[in-house]
Amino acid sequence: MEYEPVIGMEVHTELSTESKIFCGCSTAFGSPPNTQVCPVCLGMPGVLPVLNKKAVEYTIRTAMALSCRITEQTSFDRKNYYYPDLPKNYQISQNYACLGYDGFLEIALGDHKKKIGITNVHLEEDAGKNLHPESGLTDDSLVDLNRAGMPLIEIVSEPDMRSIEEAMAYMTTLKNLLQYIEVSDCKMQEGHLRFEVNISIRPRGTEKLGTKVEIKNLNSMKTAIRCIEHELERQAETLNQGGKVHQETRLWDDAHNATRAMRSKEFAQDYRYFPEPDLVDVVISPEWREEIRRNLPELQDAKKERFIREYSLPEYDAAILTSSKPLADYFEKCLTVHKNPKATSNWIMTELLRELGNREIEPDECPVTPAQLAGMIQMIDNSTISGKIAKQVFSEMIESGKGPEQIVKEKGLVQISNEDEIGEIVKRVMEENPGVVETIRGGNQKPFGFLVGQVMKLTRGKANPRMVNDILRKNLL
Amino acid sequence: MDLHELTAEQAIGKLRKGEISSVELTRAILDRISELEPRIHAYLALDGEQSISDAEKADQRRIRGDNTPLLGIPVSIKDNICTRGIKTTCGSRILSDFIPPYDATVVTKLREAGAVLIGKTNMDEFAMGSSTENSAFQVTRNPWDTGRIPGGSSGGSAAAVAADSVPLALGSDTGGSIRAPASYCGVVGVKPTYGRVSRYGLVAYGSSLDQIGPIAGNVRDSALVLNAIAGYDPRDSTSAELPVPDYTAACGREIRGLKIGVPREYFVPGMDPEVQNLVKTAVQKLEELGAECVEISLPHTDYAISCYYICAMAEAGSNLARYDGAHYGYRTRDADNIIDMYSRTRAEGFGTEVKRRIMLGTYALSAGYYDAYYLKALKVRTLIKRDFDRAFEKLDLIATPVTPTAAFKIGEKTADPLLMYLSDIFTISLNLAGMCGLSVPCGFTGSGLPVGLQLISDIFREETLFSAAFAYEQAADHTRKKPPL
Repeated sequence: MEYEPVIGMEVHTELSTESKIFCGCSTAFGSPPNTQVCPVCLGMPGVLPVLNKKAVEYTIRTAMALSCRITEQTSFDRKNYYYPDLPKNYQISQNYACLGYDGFLEIALGDHKKKIGITNVHLEEDAGKNLHPESGLTDDSLVDLNRAGMPLIEIVSEPDMRSIEEAMAYMTTLKNLLQYIEVSDCKMQEGHLRFEVNISIRPRGTEKLGTKVEIKNLNSMKTAIRCIEHELERQAETLNQGGKVHQETRLWDDAHNATRAMRSKEFAQDYRYFPEPDLVDVVISPEWREEIRRNLPELQDAKKERFIREYSLPEYDAAILTSSKPLADYFEKCLTVHKNPKATSNWIMTELLRELGNREIEPDECPVTPAQLAGMIQMIDNSTISGKIAKQVFSEMIESGKGPEQIVKEKGLVQISNEDEIGEIVKRVMEENPGVVETIRGGNQKPFGFLVGQVMKLTRGKANPRMVNDILRKNLL
Repeated sequence: MDLHELTAEQAIGKLRKGEISSVELTRAILDRISELEPRIHAYLALDGEQSISDAEKADQRRIRGDNTPLLGIPVSIKDNICTRGIKTTCGSRILSDFIPPYDATVVTKLREAGAVLIGKTNMDEFAMGSSTENSAFQVTRNPWDTGRIPGGSSGGSAAAVAADSVPLALGSDTGGSIRAPASYCGVVGVKPTYGRVSRYGLVAYGSSLDQIGPIAGNVRDSALVLNAIAGYDPRDSTSAELPVPDYTAACGREIRGLKIGVPREYFVPGMDPEVQNLVKTAVQKLEELGAECVEISLPHTDYAISCYYICAMAEAGSNLARYDGAHYGYRTRDADNIIDMYSRTRAEGFGTEVKRRIMLGTYALSAGYYDAYYLKALKVRTLIKRDFDRAFEKLDLIATPVTPTAAFKIGEKTADPLLMYLSDIFTISLNLAGMCGLSVPCGFTGSGLPVGLQLISDIFREETLFSAAFAYEQAADHTRKKPPL
């Protein structure tokens, strides 16, 4: 039987505020364990949370970008459960008055567009991380609370996705949007985006929803997709064999590339939500809402139009460059160093994107900085290196992370533009190929290219091609 | 007069005139404590050397021209208020070795005002109790009769002040925990309006009800303390951004014409007739002083205890979840896995009453019961608050008893939790409504036990409380009497 997937998703995004949601601790990534903590995020006895206003603004901004309705008065609730990475053993979240609700995200599937409903967007605190050292002196688990209290938004979708492609489009579109509105860096490796999916299947053409399975612990889009593929197959097999899909929560096990049912204790949770008495309700005044709307960063379409207008780029280039915020930023950063928009665009669309794709990294993680790429283009534009040499320089930059000047200097790649030096080599090539010279002088221009090639060969490609042409021509007269 | 008998105000006068030093005063208090502690058991932690050193610093500050309001005055602090570097146990085994890395805002404020910290006072575990018998460490005795309880949960602070083992102390009040022990011990206790005093550093019991307040030997002294600790704190989102008046200035203000309501629901059959008579006589005294007293009704009073025990326990169940042995505090010695560690740590670390309240609170918030219990309790809470709001449209004050009886005997109610809960019947509504209230001594029973009068005022009207209580205190003169120690 052919089944139709019904997929909904909860996306957790870590906000890029400077400080945590309820205290002043830094949110910087990668510090030694438990160095970005204070009594508040450690959940010490007697401490109280103080809400970070920026985190509320970022959540409203996100809700607006997802065409949500914004609540007039929001409040926080406690979600009670025990886990060592949650120092208070309750998470401050929103259950009864989410900041945003009833929105949608439009995704593109080829030429056709589809709206995926957004149930709500709410703000909460992140938990820390439990570490289980594999080899150590003890079998104890350790807890790192640097992440505890980081602001997190949860975006809950309706079960509107009907295929893996739609799920993928939803995730990438959402990530793109979150980067564009500058609320999150969306770095997968730093855990900025985490997914929970709910999946059911039903015979294609039928209306009635199948039994839903929730899957937690998906830390990248790739994992989410693998997990959806796997779960769809599992459910179809179960049904085809006459079995029943059980409503349950499953955990993705990355190591085994499979989902497993959570032990009953792990999911039979009653979170006992109740209003957080340590925080007061937050009123979202129309003025505040408008201010946030006014300050929404430039979105994708606007940026594309501006690139066409401001940099005289073809629409095709502008579309590719603005396909993600980090890429558009990379492009514009290049231009602050050396302003040759079209050449920069060409280098980014070809060499840079290929390398990023091969390495599966984001533009801002590229070993070649915008300043380095721009520096290299500048060297082409002022004839220090040829375009051909530049490709060699670029590969070298990507491999070594060195700047273009240093590479050109170390490898002796500076273009030879000295007339006497080129003249010497031209003379030598003509002497070594008297027959060819005769042919050309006899009126047949065909082997001219051969002589140019010989000069380039002797200079290992460094000779200024325009000058080689000129000097050769002069000497052949 | 011995130095330990000085009121805070008298001591301040003598310190300012240079007649005594803070070191002398502090030493006198420490001597008094050494003498009486074996009988009273009010303190959980004392560090005499540190107190003397703080007193020396206060004396030096004064020489340099400093004259902060509480400079050199000894103060003790209930053990659920965090003190940096000093054990803060909340009367619980689970925090028996917990040393906070920070000071509660009220402690910072007291230090800034120049107070000398004497010690941490005993309490019912996590402030859950009405007799201080729920302390994991010791039973505090009532200085008026050491066979009786001092009340709770701030029993250590009230007993210490009553025994002249410190002139000023801080308590916390979630359902009467300042006012009841003040009444039982014959001292003054103030529960400020919710939001008047920062809760930052107060170990939470019922977060929407908890409030820190003063316990002192007389009304003006308690006003001095509230002056020092009140005010907005950016670390406490529930603290009020309002100016703080000078409460000592309210003491001595004319009370002629004040309208005082006496709710009929607070004079119930079953309460001790002696207590009833003392309170009624006190109300008459207020009338003699020019106040206008009328009988009123607060119709939802009957529901206050049920409502309180659901609201407070729901919050408590969540607030106390963090004591699990994972991060700080007591941890069980042997556990096979994490769930086991949690259960054993909590089973061994918490006392019976705390466990009972956590279970009740967890139950009230559980799926399927939330609407029937918690949500219903919130609605009742609104009705109780509305009772007070309506009353204060026409009134300045409400006068009631603090407790239905004078101090009961140690062990008398420990077997029956419900009977114990009923002793809070007159104090609880205030916390639910967020109003301010105060207990001032209004006489003694035939057997010589003190009884308190409760005055209640509208939110942020502590000044009215102080004016009326001070006028009454001056006229009735009960606060001068000392326990027979």
